[in-house]
Amino acid sequence: MPTAAEQTDAAALARRYGLSKSSVRPPLGAYLHELWSRRQFVVSYAAARTYAMYAGARLGSIWQVLTPLLNAAVYYLAFGVLLGTKNGIDNYVAFLLSGIFVFTFTQRCMTEGSRSLALNLSLIRTLHFPRATLPLAYVLNELNQMLVSLGILFVVVGFTDGPAWRWLLVVPAMLLQVMFNIGITLVFARIGTFVSDITQLLPFVTRTWLYASGIFFSLPAKLHQIDAPGWVVQVLAFNPISAYIDIIRRSLLDEHEPNQLPHAWSIAIVWSFVMLAAGFLYFWQAEDRYGRG
Amino acid sequence: MGEAEPTVIADRLDIIYKVIAGQGGKGTAATALRRIVKRQDRPTIREVHAVRGVSFTAYKGDAIGVIGRNGSGKSTMLRAIAGLLPPASGAVYTGGRPSLLGVNAAMMNDLTGDRNVVLGCLAMGMSAAEIQRRYDEIVDFSGIGDFIDLPMSTYSSGMAARLKFAIASAKTHDILLVDEALATGDAEFRVRSERKIKELRDQAGTVFLVSHSLDVVQETCNRALWLDAGVLKLDGPVDEVVAAYIKSTRG
Repeated sequence: MPTAAEQTDAAALARRYGLSKSSVRPPLGAYLHELWSRRQFVVSYAAARTYAMYAGARLGSIWQVLTPLLNAAVYYLAFGVLLGTKNGIDNYVAFLLSGIFVFTFTQRCMTEGSRSLALNLSLIRTLHFPRATLPLAYVLNELNQMLVSLGILFVVVGFTDGPAWRWLLVVPAMLLQVMFNIGITLVFARIGTFVSDITQLLPFVTRTWLYASGIFFSLPAKLHQIDAPGWVVQVLAFNPISAYIDIIRRSLLDEHEPNQLPHAWSIAIVWSFVMLAAGFLYFWQAEDRYGRG
Repeated sequence: MGEAEPTVIADRLDIIYKVIAGQGGKGTAATALRRIVKRQDRPTIREVHAVRGVSFTAYKGDAIGVIGRNGSGKSTMLRAIAGLLPPASGAVYTGGRPSLLGVNAAMMNDLTGDRNVVLGCLAMGMSAAEIQRRYDEIVDFSGIGDFIDLPMSTYSSGMAARLKFAIASAKTHDILLVDEALATGDAEFRVRSERKIKELRDQAGTVFLVSHSLDVVQETCNRALWLDAGVLKLDGPVDEVVAAYIKSTRG
């Protein structure tokens, strides 16, 4: 039987025998190391999720190709045909597709990632593993979808503009967006766990973002058309999504110079590193509390 | 007990968690925004004070039965010892990483049993090579047979529980927390899982066992904790505590 003296002195006793607090978050370095050692879990979990997502549909994983195509068709009908925003854009189909695919990648990471912990609460309360593995697996899921979409985009641009060496720049562009997406997913995973209402608000946030990012129309051309002062385009260029879309378009489209945004590569690089670091730091700070839900 | 080496120390442990009670209105974006701005919880979220001021010290070689009514905080306390549920105040100190052997481990129901085996083992931190080596053993132990190729949504609850137990018990542990795992499955599986727990207990330093079966507790434990509405009512040799508990349920 523990005596009263032992109880008041629990911390000292624990120290003497080298016991440590059971729910305490590891230092950042150790955490990242532990995370790296669970990379196989991240990959398997993402693969399992992709499989489960299409397991119920008769066409199965064909939907991975169909979904982005149908999405693009709807937007082409609405903006390209009905609203006629394609004025002055050389290859509108490729312009539109690249914008939608890049935007959807980040948007899905945010909305899905915000539920990544809440939906796995019983797993979190049962097994010990670095919690960041779950949002990371969700990003991997979306990356998988994005690569399929990119394949479609290559086919489209290959037929319309023809292949070019410039295409290789898609690799660093994609890498930068993945870094940004990991960061933003970690941020929203933490917020979504403790403020579950965010999942209801996010669709409105992302839709506003969609219209401000120059996906259906060329931002510089549009601003010129409404006689906006020159600094407006400079400010809008700081939008990370616009930057990631622009660097993909610069890599793929032939006649993109008149429509491109200022300093897109530099802005994309800065956003990627800042968001990635901030995301990990922010997520890790609550590591010991995710089980409470 | 002056010489004994403590392995788990609970120091005035308090656990509070939030549960969502019922649906409570779908809520529009505007009301959601208002709640976030005012930092209000959803009106249907209730706080449950599951464990109140529990203190004890467990030593190497202890096998501790945790008894009490349904909802008295037994499973919650085990989760706190495992470090899965953070305490609201107080602390749990442990040597090594305790492992929770529960049957309610989350699994992906759309996936086949064998994919769940791999996923569960990876989550526990086993390497791919280790999983490959132990895979047959896990499947054999679960007794699932050919159903291992089918999605888990087609399993009966007993089958799912058996597979989960088989996965969780594939690893060796320093501090082992067993949550009613003995109560699942048919009679044949129960005998097999009891033997498995004995085996695990011999390897582990300290074992906690949550069970409603007082026979099992008396058979496998040397000490018992009696929780009542989150409060530690009695801590002592297993026969004493069980006797007092039985007396209170009759009275």
